Amino acid sequence: MLRLSHVGRSFAPVEALRDVSLTINAGDFMALLGPSGCGKSTLLRLIASLERPDTGHLAWDAGHQPKPGEIGFVFQDATLLPWASATDNVYLPLRLAGAPRADAIPRVQEALHRVGLSGFETARPRQLSGGMRMRVSIARALVTRPRLLLMDEPFAALDEFTRNKLQEDLLTLWQELRCTVVFVTHSIYEAAFLARRIVLMTPRPGRIDREFASPLHPGAEARLDPAYTALVAQITHELQRALAA
Amino acid sequence: MKYAPALFGLATLLVWEAAVRITDVPSYLVPGPIAIIQAFVADPALLLISLGSTLLVTFAALVVAASLGVVLAIAIASNRLLAAAIQPWAVVLQVTPIVAIAPLIIVWVGNPFASLVVCATIVAFFPVFANTAAGLASAPPELADLFRLYGASRITTLRLLRLPAALPYFLAGLRISGGLALVGAVVAEFVAGSGGFASGLAYRILEAGYRLQVPRMFAALVLLSLAGIAINFGLGAFGTFILRRRGDA
Repeated sequence: MLRLSHVGRSFAPVEALRDVSLTINAGDFMALLGPSGCGKSTLLRLIASLERPDTGHLAWDAGHQPKPGEIGFVFQDATLLPWASATDNVYLPLRLAGAPRADAIPRVQEALHRVGLSGFETARPRQLSGGMRMRVSIARALVTRPRLLLMDEPFAALDEFTRNKLQEDLLTLWQELRCTVVFVTHSIYEAAFLARRIVLMTPRPGRIDREFASPLHPGAEARLDPAYTALVAQITHELQRALAA
Repeated sequence: MKYAPALFGLATLLVWEAAVRITDVPSYLVPGPIAIIQAFVADPALLLISLGSTLLVTFAALVVAASLGVVLAIAIASNRLLAAAIQPWAVVLQVTPIVAIAPLIIVWVGNPFASLVVCATIVAFFPVFANTAAGLASAPPELADLFRLYGASRITTLRLLRLPAALPYFLAGLRISGGLALVGAVVAEFVAGSGGFASGLAYRILEAGYRLQVPRMFAALVLLSLAGIAINFGLGAFGTFILRRRGDA
């Protein structure tokens, strides 16, 4: 789907990314894992074209530059419009694409239903819990049926129970929708549980250290799989080695 | 708790009336509350007409200040060159003592009503302008990114993100500007009144002062205070109503 070649980006005097090469295939669930300052968020913003690389380049399949709506983005905060209902928040991307409200409503309702928020259509963000706000944010990213879903530490601010449930629901959504997900996280547990491919990044300057392929069968039961514990241990070990070097 | 302001006011009035009666101070020096009410009741028509005239200037100035404030706030939010060009002059407008330039404005503008409105606008302009500008800049950068991601134009981002985000700020600024518009109107009337243009409450205060009708002077002052309180609470309730209707209060 997308190939990054020798991509670098600096925010003087900080070198956020150096010589990053990465191929994202259609259908991947990829985690970008690393401590803060390793450039994983910058990498995500480059993919979304919210930043431009200083060096190197991004090549999309067959030169197909994604149009608005083909990429969905979920931020660490839900970043909803506080004055708008859940429906209007999810409608926003379609509204910006010029879709009339009446035509868009069925798609908005479907997206809210997918994230388990049927019945909360008229609720304002302040009436919803943190987890529910994040669900609205995910519905907003899904409503355009994106080919690529970019997520920047979306569950980092949530409590563990809410986070686990959202992780499991995200896996289900990924399997249902067959879209491509790139998921930024600083949690080894989260990366190991969610992703098929785990890309370990190291800071100063941000670069890719190595990649792990997950042997797990995606789903809630993976948390109890000994292979999950082994994967977490393997990543932890490699991270310690990389940071010590 | 709810009645605390009223009880405190009542107690103050009682002490005031008692002090005036006990010390037997003449009413042209310090009138008691009862003398002030009597002065108002004796000839309310002219005072109320003057209050109407002052309020007309106040609201006209508030509307002009709010419109100008919003337009200029949008201008500086959308263009750095404009921001650099406008902002220092807005501060100049804020710190210029209106008493000093009111005579000039009255001479330049000519039309008495318009010149009063101009003076009051100058006093009322800054809070609504500065607050709206802060509000336009208050939208989280992630939301601005989201609008960019979906290819929204700057106009669309202004309409669907920045202006709605600025609304609570604008309403808070409007409430401050409302009180200032009244102050500006009265100050301008003082300057204009001594120049012969007589209709507002400030002129009634001057006139009563000249004639040593001190209770009537106080009655005019009380009307002014009540108008200020009404404007403040009115605009506060208006803001709450708008935000509640939008669903975020």
